[in-house]
Amino acid sequence: MNERSKPPAQQAQMVESAATRTKKPNNKPAKLTREVQARLGQQLRAMYEQVVNQGVPERFAELINRIDAKEDKDRQP
Amino acid sequence: MPMDESVRKAVLAAVPSLRAFAISLCGNVDRADDLVQETLLRALANIESFQPGTNMSAWLFTILRNHFRSEYRKRRREVEDGEGRYAETLKSQPEQPGRVEFREFREALAQLPPDQREALILVGASGFSYEEAAHICGCAVGTIKSRVNRARTRLAELLSINSADEFGPDDQTRAVLAGGERP
Repeated sequence: MNERSKPPAQQAQMVESAATRTKKPNNKPAKLTREVQARLGQQLRAMYEQVVNQGVPERFAELINRIDAKEDKDRQP
Repeated sequence: MPMDESVRKAVLAAVPSLRAFAISLCGNVDRADDLVQETLLRALANIESFQPGTNMSAWLFTILRNHFRSEYRKRRREVEDGEGRYAETLKSQPEQPGRVEFREFREALAQLPPDQREALILVGASGFSYEEAAHICGCAVGTIKSRVNRARTRLAELLSINSADEFGPDDQTRAVLAGGERP
């Protein structure tokens, strides 16, 4: 997106965030534009989904089923 | 009583997201899987303390997070620089297929303080509400909001993004994002 096409409020925020960059991180955080937040969110979810899409590894499925079976056995007289 | 089928299904369904959360906490897949395993063993041993009708994911995330915290604190006593250690763990990991496009992002994430990192992941990736995240972390909702805001700001700084146009020099990342959902 063209810098100039952004509304003045957003431009001001961006200037502010650049100015606060040199300050210590424990100062009140500068407000990020919605676009930046959305981009960060996309990236974060894409990274996370990569693991989620691997599904349930066999070792955990087995573990959960094994405990099931053990409990059944324990209950038998 | 054998574990109720619906409970078993709920535990299984929570595993993929639990792993993703564990990896984001540990920065190491093997350690994360051990953490998930220990979490599942604890959860299944105490399954009667799970209240049916409540959120199974949130319950498991709470157990995992608390277990990680107590382990982390132990290790922190051994190694003073916990942050540095996390970043090192990440760097020393062999490159895995499918990891490379998020390298820059992961490294930035690794530099966040643990409180901020977990808050951001819970709300921004795991899909929990601020209230649920606060419950999982045992803190106030306002604290979670503040941590998430700080985490986002810091990430934007670390990745040098002031506007979407400048987002990352990494064309591979762009391609992945433009390609939408991965199979």
